[in-house]
Amino acid sequence: MTSKRMSGIQVLARCFGYLRPYRRITIAAYLALIAVNVVTLTIPQFIRWIVDHGIGRQDAGLVKTSVLGLLVLALIKGIISYFQGCWTETASQNVACDLRNAIHGQLARLSFSYHDRSETGQLLTRAIQDVERIRFITGRAFLRIADGVVLAIGTTLMLLLINPLLAILAMSTMPLLVWRAMSLGQRLRPMSLVIQKQLGKLTTRLEQNLRGVRIVKAFAQEDAEIARFARENRRWFSLSALTARLQAFNGPQIDLIANLGTVIVIGYGGYLVISRVLTLGELVAFATYLGQLTVPVRRLGNIVPAVALAVTAGERVFEILDAICEVKDLPGASPLPAVRGEVCFEQVSFGYTHGHRILQELSFCVEPGQIIALLGTTGSGKSTIINLIPRFYDPTVGRVLIDGHDIRQVTLASLRDQVGTVLQETTLFATTIRENILFGKPGAGEAEMIAAARAAQAHDFICEMPLGYETVVGERGVTLSGGQKQRVAIARTLLRDPRILILDDATASVDTATEQLIQIALESLMAGRTCFVIAQRLSTLRKADRIFILDRGQIVAQGKHDELILSCGLYADLYQQQAKVSAL
Amino acid sequence: MSFSIGSAGSAMGPRSVMQDFGREAGGQAFNARIFRRLLGFLTPHWPRMLAALILMLISSMLALTTPYLIKIAIDEHIVAGNADALFYTAMLMALVFVALYATTAVQQYLLSFVGLRILTSLRARLFQHLQVLPVSYHHAHIVGVTISRVIGDVAVINDLLSSGVATIIGDTVVLAGIVLVMLSLNVQLALSAFAVLPLMLLATWLFSRRARIAFRQTRQRLAAVVGGLAEDISGIRVIQAFAREGVSATRFEEVNRANRDANIDAMSLSFIFLPTVDFLGILATAIVLWAGGLAVARGDMTLGTVVAFLAYVSRFFQPIQDLSQMYTMMQSAIAGGERVLEMLDTRPEIYDEPAAIDMPSIAGRVELRQISFSYQPDAPVLHDVNLVIEAGQTVALVGPTGAGKTTIANLVARLYDVTAGAVIIDGLDVRLVTQRSLRRQMGLVPQDPFLFTGSIADNIRFSAPEISMQKVEEAARAANAHDFISALPKGYATRILEGGVNLSLGQRQLICIARAILANPRILILDEATASVDTLTEGLIQEALQKLLVGRTAIVVAHRLSTIRNADQICVVQAGGIIERGTHDELLENGGLYRELYQRQ
Ligand SMILES: Nc1ncnc2c1ncn2[C@@H]1O[C@H](COP(=O)(O)OP(=O)(O)OP(=O)(O)O)[C@@H](O)[C@H]1O
Ligand SMILES: Nc1ncnc2c1ncn2[C@@H]1O[C@H](COP(=O)(O)OP(=O)(O)OP(=O)(O)O)[C@@H](O)[C@H]1O
Ligand SMILES: [Mg+2]
Ligand SMILES: [Mg+2]
Repeated sequence: MTSKRMSGIQVLARCFGYLRPYRRITIAAYLALIAVNVVTLTIPQFIRWIVDHGIGRQDAGLVKTSVLGLLVLALIKGIISYFQGCWTETASQNVACDLRNAIHGQLARLSFSYHDRSETGQLLTRAIQDVERIRFITGRAFLRIADGVVLAIGTTLMLLLINPLLAILAMSTMPLLVWRAMSLGQRLRPMSLVIQKQLGKLTTRLEQNLRGVRIVKAFAQEDAEIARFARENRRWFSLSALTARLQAFNGPQIDLIANLGTVIVIGYGGYLVISRVLTLGELVAFATYLGQLTVPVRRLGNIVPAVALAVTAGERVFEILDAICEVKDLPGASPLPAVRGEVCFEQVSFGYTHGHRILQELSFCVEPGQIIALLGTTGSGKSTIINLIPRFYDPTVGRVLIDGHDIRQVTLASLRDQVGTVLQETTLFATTIRENILFGKPGAGEAEMIAAARAAQAHDFICEMPLGYETVVGERGVTLSGGQKQRVAIARTLLRDPRILILDDATASVDTATEQLIQIALESLMAGRTCFVIAQRLSTLRKADRIFILDRGQIVAQGKHDELILSCGLYADLYQQQAKVSAL
Repeated sequence: MSFSIGSAGSAMGPRSVMQDFGREAGGQAFNARIFRRLLGFLTPHWPRMLAALILMLISSMLALTTPYLIKIAIDEHIVAGNADALFYTAMLMALVFVALYATTAVQQYLLSFVGLRILTSLRARLFQHLQVLPVSYHHAHIVGVTISRVIGDVAVINDLLSSGVATIIGDTVVLAGIVLVMLSLNVQLALSAFAVLPLMLLATWLFSRRARIAFRQTRQRLAAVVGGLAEDISGIRVIQAFAREGVSATRFEEVNRANRDANIDAMSLSFIFLPTVDFLGILATAIVLWAGGLAVARGDMTLGTVVAFLAYVSRFFQPIQDLSQMYTMMQSAIAGGERVLEMLDTRPEIYDEPAAIDMPSIAGRVELRQISFSYQPDAPVLHDVNLVIEAGQTVALVGPTGAGKTTIANLVARLYDVTAGAVIIDGLDVRLVTQRSLRRQMGLVPQDPFLFTGSIADNIRFSAPEISMQKVEEAARAANAHDFISALPKGYATRILEGGVNLSLGQRQLICIARAILANPRILILDEATASVDTLTEGLIQEALQKLLVGRTAIVVAHRLSTIRNADQICVVQAGGIIERGTHDELLENGGLYRELYQRQ
């Protein structure tokens, strides 16, 4: 998907790029952070001052006023930290929100071929969990790093001022520390990638199991499914446990190294004091400041893993965002003018995967207003042909023309607005029937919607339901019967009033009587428009102006029913097989 | 950092919506009960938890000794100019630090290990439970939301149980120690410092009430995001075909924004709460300064006591701050735990009776005795259906769409239980036998041909993963799928992509038929099994089936009448009842609905 691998820094930089629209509050948050730090560092000094000057000198008045001053200081700190927290959170939540929108938008743009290959479980973990990790790093986590770095630099400067030699000695553990931190990060990164992948697998297993629940039950395969899930689950566990061990034994190492630095300072510094090179006061101050350093260092130990995780998360998210969209508007594509309905294939070849051709040099021309039936054995390429008309896929070789326009030269939206497709596999959304039908044309009025539902022979059954058009259907329409789903889908497409209509086996689950009613309704609705119909039933075929007989990706014959029955052996066979029942 | 998802938001699912809003009113007691039940997950791991706790206490103690060692090094050795003693103390310090490292590392590892264990076993339990829940449950719940519970909510619970509980216990112990020390130093001053505690409790109480609502809100909103995204992904082809990318983006942006706002709201609460706790800590310091300062001025107290007190007050508030931060995590975990437990508590509507026996080898006589059925209480689908299928017979169900044909098939396989009447197989009510023993002897080809991701071979041998390739091929041949499968570059090893998209619909149906044939069922249910298959292929399948079905019972649903011409009995189903039955010729002669359907084709 992505061609070149980004380095960790590049990934992080790109993640932080999402903060740009919120740079004002981000900067404000960082400024507030400095203010909070200043107050935090001041308060102990102030308390010491109160003890020394107020209580120590038994000055009750000074104690009272200074204690009040302390409270005011604390209040200010509280208020600033509130805003700092809110700003950071707002910025990082916005980053997450924008990233998720970007992923959604990109998924909506990516063509069918991408979605053929992708797995919902994997996409979901990326959009939810990986984005969450990026959010964490762009928000609080980085703020803490910045906080630590500021503190560390300040302290280091102080140390250098007090005694450069001792400071350098104390800092001598730094390279070791940085090296350990980096190597921990480097080891965690590939592991967390594997873990995330495994979690995606787990999610996919679960998702597949839930979607195929009827099959699992009907074949009594619950135990096998449980075993399969358990296997992936165990793998996830052992990978995670491995990482947990790595983290548990390497994270505190950073702490340890810093602490050993303190020992060196006390030991060598003490020796210096004994040999009168350093004063005791200096050593105490030194030790105190060094103690301050442990806080950011410890934080580093916790945050290094988070950064490593965020980098892998970023890689996975950007893999989606950078995926190449195979079908998209060419630069300078113009909208397709109102369509008359001429559809031409010029030497079209097509394969879903490289090297496996499904359609071979297909050429035909359909005049406006014709009804074209596609007939052929299973897998002969009927759906594949009609997939090329609304540009769900682009031909590998050759061109598809509508009214003489190469459809790659026009905008996708204008093309798909005028081509109405009822896909072979019906997908409804888990919402009301009304919303499902209106999906075709959101602004449509009640009368228009009912007219479409009537034409699709759906109105009657919808009205028989207790809630009518307000009935909420299950995911993908599972709470409707097969034929009911298909009729809602037909209504959805009819409502668009398309110039070119494609029905891919759209009435396979509808009984013949209802089907005929749909056809009658369609005849008047679709008068003068081009229609592509794929169907196995004879009743559909008799109505067609032309029938294309497909065999292994090629049109082996075409013509009207009466001609084909005499001239085409395959057609005669297909027809006879079905007509046999009448001979019985 | 785990993603935390609750259940569906509005407009997400049929029944789940109502369920979720019904639970909103759960009181405080509910909360504690959930917490206790969540703690229950820890019990099997108590030795490790105990070890971690002990290590934690040791490491806290070690951490406290180092400042003391530094003090000794400075006050005694350095001031006295004793270089040797200084060296030994430094060595001792190094040792303490190494010990601190070891205890911290081991304790961290133990806690993560326990957490991961709980996470893994909880996920496994949820998955197992989902297998027990009937089809009706799954139809009423959005897949994306269920996923988010099993993957996301469980992870949040883990955060609480592993590191959370240990921190809480550790901090509480430290806290108790400090309280004792403070009381022993000076009761009066200690009590005046503790005066802020009621304020703290009040703040916590105020916060927790709002926080629970706010954090629950975040889970619901995130669930809406997951559900919405999952649905848009599964409907992406329709969205693109209708050029509705804009509309779906707007809709998603809305739930996404709601999720963002809910999170900001919830966190803003913490951003009020945490500084409040912090402020109260300084308030306590101020009280000590004030009261102590005045006491020193009066000569009632020494300066040293006040200084020592100040040190302890700041120590005292460190664990309290930790604990209150923990509180936020706890709110998330409990909100997640509520959802998870709710799922585990869902009673399956279809279950094996305790006295259920294993179904003996089926001969194949199927009787529907006066059955009535409805998916939803107020909408009856079948009423008073009577049907007898003799062993070895093939019965066809035909009729208008939505009449109830699939429903009848569902009842025979006991995917649903009848509302009234009984489904009787070989004289046994299906409710009296175990589901598994019943379904192991059935084969179903569903109306929508679902295939799993995985190889074609694995899909065909779904009911018997260990079976030989030869049997797989045999089944594929009978379903007339062998030719197209072998024509694929990778043959039977071809990976079926999600949703079976890399096969044509007809090809998917053929594989579904092969899968059912391989199960070697005593009763075969074909629900529109060849609706998308061309008539030639269908004819070939029928010939193969005719041989296979000798001695087996079959229920065939079809609209294309050529599919059912060999049936022993044809039933015309209309509006939830069987209105005509007989052989093809008899029905044609009767001149009813069947004849009409026949003439139309
Ligand atoms: N997304 C895809 N990726 C890879 N191969 C595909 C994909 N879709 C279809 N195929 C293959 O392309 C061939 C033609 O499929 P197509 O869906 O066009 O058949 P069809 O004529 O519509 O068949 P049916 O009548 O069963 O619907 C089949 O061999 C199928 O396996
Ligand atoms: N899971 C469900 N929940 C609620 N109602 C349902 C569910 N499944 C089906 N129904 C309703 O039950 C009735 C019968 O549906 P069924 O699927 O049995 O019809 P069918 O005869 O198989 O139709 P078709 O020929 O279209 O497949 C329909 O009105 C349908 O809307
Ligand atoms: Mg097709
Ligand atoms: Mg059905």
